[in-house]
Amino acid sequence: MDTLLLSRIQFGLTTSFHIIFPTLTIGLAIFLVVVEALWLRTRDELYYRMYRFWVKIFAIHFAVGVVSGIALAFEFGTNFAVFSQKVGNILAPMLAFEGMTAFFLEAGFLGIMLFGWHRVPPTLHFLSTCLVALGASLSAFWIMAANAWMQTPAGFEIVDGTYMLTSWWAAIFNPAFPTHLAHMLLASYATAAFVVAGISAYYLLKGRETAFYRRCLGLALIVAAVAAPLQVIVGDFKGVAVAEHQPVKLAAMEAHWETNEDRGAPFILFTIPDSANERNRFEIQVPNLLSLLITRTLDGRIPGLKEFPADERPNVLVTFWTFRIMVGIGFIFLGVMLWAGLLWWRRKLFDTPLFLKALVVIQPLGFVATIFGWLTAEIGRQPWLVYGLMRTSEGVSPIAAGNVVWSLALFCIFFGIIGASYFYYTIRTLENGPDYDSPIPPIQRMAGVQALQK
Amino acid sequence: MFLINLWAALVGVVIILYVILDGFSLGVGILFPSARSEKQQDVMMGSIAPVWDVNQTWIVFGAAGLFAVFPTTYTVMFSALYVPLFTFLFGLVFRGVAFEFRANSTHKTAWSRAFFGGSLVAAFGQGLTLGAYISGIHVENGVFAGGAFDWLTPFNILVGLALIAGYALLGAGYLILKTTGEVQQRAYGQAKAAVWAVAFFMLIVSFWTPYQAPDIMDRWWTAPHIYFVWLFPLLGLAGFVLLLRGIHNQVESAPFFWTLIMFLSAYLGLQSGVYPYAILPDITIFDAAAQRQTQMITLVGALVTLPFVLGYTFYCYWVFRGKVTDDVLYH
Repeated sequence: MDTLLLSRIQFGLTTSFHIIFPTLTIGLAIFLVVVEALWLRTRDELYYRMYRFWVKIFAIHFAVGVVSGIALAFEFGTNFAVFSQKVGNILAPMLAFEGMTAFFLEAGFLGIMLFGWHRVPPTLHFLSTCLVALGASLSAFWIMAANAWMQTPAGFEIVDGTYMLTSWWAAIFNPAFPTHLAHMLLASYATAAFVVAGISAYYLLKGRETAFYRRCLGLALIVAAVAAPLQVIVGDFKGVAVAEHQPVKLAAMEAHWETNEDRGAPFILFTIPDSANERNRFEIQVPNLLSLLITRTLDGRIPGLKEFPADERPNVLVTFWTFRIMVGIGFIFLGVMLWAGLLWWRRKLFDTPLFLKALVVIQPLGFVATIFGWLTAEIGRQPWLVYGLMRTSEGVSPIAAGNVVWSLALFCIFFGIIGASYFYYTIRTLENGPDYDSPIPPIQRMAGVQALQK
Repeated sequence: MFLINLWAALVGVVIILYVILDGFSLGVGILFPSARSEKQQDVMMGSIAPVWDVNQTWIVFGAAGLFAVFPTTYTVMFSALYVPLFTFLFGLVFRGVAFEFRANSTHKTAWSRAFFGGSLVAAFGQGLTLGAYISGIHVENGVFAGGAFDWLTPFNILVGLALIAGYALLGAGYLILKTTGEVQQRAYGQAKAAVWAVAFFMLIVSFWTPYQAPDIMDRWWTAPHIYFVWLFPLLGLAGFVLLLRGIHNQVESAPFFWTLIMFLSAYLGLQSGVYPYAILPDITIFDAAAQRQTQMITLVGALVTLPFVLGYTFYCYWVFRGKVTDDVLYH
């Protein structure tokens, strides 16, 4: 294997591993802000215990997210040096701004958030939580700007092969950016909400700490009730944006080979795309739906894959299916929330075992959807590194493949160890359950705190 | 010109900030096996637990900032020093997760080892990187054109060992500030051993550097450098002597402070020989600089945000000031 393929595998692997952790922490940080605000407002001790419990889960994910993220800051230079050299003027300041505005904020206030209970007054602690949450979301802002720029480059001119910035504003707010960012933030919020909901449901089914987990579940479902439907709407807008700016990617996502000239394009629910023969095998489709989704008309024209040279198309099989899995999970979430709405209406939200079991089962699906969404976005961008302008093969570092074999092998081993340990310690922390016994630090004891009735 | 020089100075500040801040965190990790009980380990880890993450963030910002303002330096160095940089990274990974995993663990030994090993490997990887940077990188047409093992030289390994000793010294100085009793007493001894090791390595590296990078020597010996470079070894020597005296008299703040002076003297001495080069032996900071507009935008961002960053970092240190107490052992 050559340096290019190995580097792509390594970048894909490290990014996929990494994205799990910020996806949770971005959303969980918001959850913690809400919990702490409720603690300050209601002075109900249960909220304080909720915060202290979920912040442990947050901290474990944060630690793994931080260290795996540094790998990415290095890999632009180690593995894609030529790409980095050419687009550095545009992409690199976004990464630098991420460091300045987001990472420092998160890392700086994390110390107070985790260890500051005995040392700062309640409002300052709350402010720290807010700033960590703000930092987490700002980090998404810059990363999505950088990635969206690679999808729909804007605000630059090419001088002697180097990309020169002409408009910083246009580069950040490139066409793909708004939907890209909204999609990722909602993915984080939904993922975190379903994780909290799934874990809470699990312990409610076991009959443990019911008062505690009912409240966790209630809060999580409120977040999910907002995020799940919004995500479907944003996803729809995102599809339209992809169709406009990256038509070949859209055609691959939909396994749409032939341009529909005089009739509506169908939405394919199931098929096995066959790139060698430029066709699909065993299609199950909904007539006219694709035209409706993309052009908002029943027979809108959508360019097929055959309109693009074969060497400018992404892998159709992979792009189609990764996209299908992501969308499928989005609709499962929507369905579960409709069910939740119905149960809430009937006042049986916490007492329907089948619903709670469903929440347990779908608990990890947010991560799956996020990873598959990223795979769709990145594999669907191929063969381009900068869409339409620079091929992935043109961006790789001038290094020997052996380097990457070495680092990739070590990544596999180390991420295996760390992934397994992370899983083990998360489960352990959950199994230990909330701590009601350690006293609330004196500085946090506000007037009128309602002690728990145990 | 001015903008590029300003950025070179800013990048220089960011690098030394990282070296000092993460240096003492890594140093505590390097000294970790000397703890005699789990309680002592907890105290050592607790001394850096609330701040290690923000300290480490300087390397993330350093890499991204370098990428933004001197993209050629970033891309050439990172592809040339692939193995040392990933070695450094893997060390950081284990050091970083060890904080959370060890705290959650009932069998802490494995994660204590990971914490020590990760810190040691990270320090060594950084030293290799520094050594290779001083030795120069083979560049053609703006891209790395050397071999995969160019970094594997006796000089670079020596710099790697030197940095381990230097970080151990920083870590010992920090532990003296943050701890009491047995841990603190042992740290005085560790500081004493480390400072002799540092002096030994510094001496060898200082005399070897001119052979490894003759250009640095030439710049040192010509005007205007010749008027001030002698200050740096003198400053380093003064730091060394005062550090030893501080250890002898057990003045709590002295070891850490004089270690900083020694680090600064070595760093400024080196930088004065490297300037105006971004990559030795022949790419200057002006060749390596990004587009003017990019440098301006990033500068505005840095001037607006970094004072806040320094401000709240200082605040966090202030919140956790004084000796290690039980509340930072686990959240």
